[in-house]
Amino acid sequence: MDLQFTSEEEAFRLKVRSWLVENMPTSGLSDTREGRDDKTWLARAKAWQRRLYEAGYIALAWPKEYGGQAMDPVRQSIVNDEMVRARAPYNVGASGLGMLGPTLISWGNEEQKQRYLPKILTAEEIWCQGYSEPGAGSDLASLKTRAEIVGDEFVVNGQKVWTSGAQYADMMFCLVRTDPEAPKHRGISYILIDMHTPGITVRPLVQMTGDRGFNEVFFDNVRVPRKNLVAKLNEGWIVANATLFHERNMLGSASGSEQRFNRLLALAKSITRGGRPLTEDPVFRQRLVELETRVEAMRYHSLRQLTDQIRGKNPGVEAMINKLVGTELNHDLATAAMEAMGDYSMLSRDDEAALDHAYWPYEWMFSLGLVIGGGTSHIQKNIIAERGLKMPKSR
Amino acid sequence: MDFGLSEEQRQLKESARAFLSGECPTTFVRKVMATDDGYPGELYDQMAKLGWAGLIVPEKFGGAGLGMLDMAMILEEGGYAALPGPFLFSSVLAASALKLGGSDALNSKWLTALAEGKAIGTVAIVESAGSIDARDISAIATRGDAGWHLEGTKMFVPYANVADFIVVAGKHDSDIFLFVVDTKSPGVTIRTLKNLDLTRRVSSVELKDAPAERLGGGADLFTKLIDVAAVAVAADSLGGTERALEMAVDYSKVREQFGKPIGSFQALKHAAAEIVADVEPARAMLWYAAYAQDTDAADASRTASMAKARLCDIYSRGTDRAVLMHGGIGFTWEHDMHLWFKRARFNESYFGSPAFYRERVAVLGEY
Repeated sequence: MDLQFTSEEEAFRLKVRSWLVENMPTSGLSDTREGRDDKTWLARAKAWQRRLYEAGYIALAWPKEYGGQAMDPVRQSIVNDEMVRARAPYNVGASGLGMLGPTLISWGNEEQKQRYLPKILTAEEIWCQGYSEPGAGSDLASLKTRAEIVGDEFVVNGQKVWTSGAQYADMMFCLVRTDPEAPKHRGISYILIDMHTPGITVRPLVQMTGDRGFNEVFFDNVRVPRKNLVAKLNEGWIVANATLFHERNMLGSASGSEQRFNRLLALAKSITRGGRPLTEDPVFRQRLVELETRVEAMRYHSLRQLTDQIRGKNPGVEAMINKLVGTELNHDLATAAMEAMGDYSMLSRDDEAALDHAYWPYEWMFSLGLVIGGGTSHIQKNIIAERGLKMPKSR
Repeated sequence: MDFGLSEEQRQLKESARAFLSGECPTTFVRKVMATDDGYPGELYDQMAKLGWAGLIVPEKFGGAGLGMLDMAMILEEGGYAALPGPFLFSSVLAASALKLGGSDALNSKWLTALAEGKAIGTVAIVESAGSIDARDISAIATRGDAGWHLEGTKMFVPYANVADFIVVAGKHDSDIFLFVVDTKSPGVTIRTLKNLDLTRRVSSVELKDAPAERLGGGADLFTKLIDVAAVAVAADSLGGTERALEMAVDYSKVREQFGKPIGSFQALKHAAAEIVADVEPARAMLWYAAYAQDTDAADASRTASMAKARLCDIYSRGTDRAVLMHGGIGFTWEHDMHLWFKRARFNESYFGSPAFYRERVAVLGEY
């Protein structure tokens, strides 16, 4: 064990830190998830990701031939930490960067990598994920969106749901049924769909937060070139799981929790209850430390996995818990903040008396959404038990 | 940046697993549980030959001079095996107190013997309040012409019944110091208490004008000892939780109800998965806590406290769930599950509760 960063890495960290101070957008973008459907926001968000890319701070570990820098994962983790520390805005291209990109690097053919990866980095193409359907949520493999092969094309009919970012995405990585006769896991293919193709209708859904974050997407005889198939026909399930692995790691990322804890602690220090700061309340102190301890544990857990990655060790059961633990921890942090705020937790961001622009009430709601999205906690526990502990399948 | 075990540490852990599964299966643990002194001398002779007794003792006193992260490998396996006897209390706690505060003369006597497996030490802090808090310590240390003497009654002292020396916390004026007391000295009366976790023995130690030697350092040494104890108990708890989980999962694969293995039911899957979700991040935190001890990191006390609080919570909750997953058989004396169930409770209170350690983190973090 050696937790020292090299002097080059330390210098790199300082460089990233000062770059962020100088270059972070001061208005129009925030680190919360509000207001994502407005055109001005989209243009600014894309410009911000592009600026990060040009500075060399996007996808550092990706191969050079596709626009990456082939650096070791430590550099990327330094950038991620610094972004969180600076409360930098979310990358609008996160689905491409965190989910499709790594999947294509492993499963895509050379033409697909050349065609898609560079534009993910520059935010020229924004991706969305076409997985869930009205009848296929936790039981994702029962999906029904049909793709029939006609000549050189797939003809897609069906519906996806809970599709985040579909209202502005240029492309979708999508699971479709290509063999309705085969057992459900063996008739699925993974295809890439241009969202501007005729026959696609995007209908926004309003989330409990009041925001339009996700959508229904309808496919009516949508024609997709056959070359947009990733891996082999009817072998999309394994590719889908590769993407889910990346998604779950992204959702369970530890660095966001640290920043949220610091924000919670600052909040608790600023609140007076019964004539003393809330941090001096013995019950709330215990709760704060319990949360801080879980946050710390996840930080070390991430460092352990980073090391395993560098050492070339295949992820085991420890990687299966990231999404479950990380998202529940974030929701628990937000719940504690809501309690700390007392009656101010009632106010929405539309009220001028709201604390911190009602960051916590919205974080409290969003964070529960992420306990569900990418596979609910219940499904994560099934995966840990069945794949990690080899407990017998019930289905 | 390398956050992981070294090849040597992995090997140490593997060899400890192999040794203890051969020499210390639960049939053996139960035999030790039934003895009066709870001390398997022959097993401890073998452990000393493997170098475990003096693992963290400096080389100049005959030890291997390794650190807490190395020791954590053995402690984890000791927890996994429910290793009975004074290992943690002697070779980790007493050894650390001497290493950090003992004079060369004192260490040549006790630490060398400890490293050779020829002496057993233990630590006595807690009194009738049942609390590790320095404010609850009232044993009085006085200094006379013939050196230091201690007066007071220590409680819940692990393996005082077989110990050769005891590291005792006592107050002089209003400061806490640590002292070494020879159990054969006049004025030392030891009475073994009847406790629930029979893989451990605890005693009361009555000190009546008992001669003592003072260790160097005052509150600092006490703080450091708390840190070491926190990491050690956390490591034992990690191993114990792993064992409880493994037993429950194994059982769920063979026990059938409603025509199928009970492990196919989500109620049990989720209970097991929750233990994994608790354990894995805590394992990484324990590694760091041990490493922080070895490197004297600025956050060594903070992270040791977090590891103790978290892993003891996880151990108690995990064994509770593991008993439940077994159903009625898990509630029997014959089934081994209760060995870990009770050991978890011992670990939770020993050297301070999770709430004590959380408060310590809050104070250190200036909440």
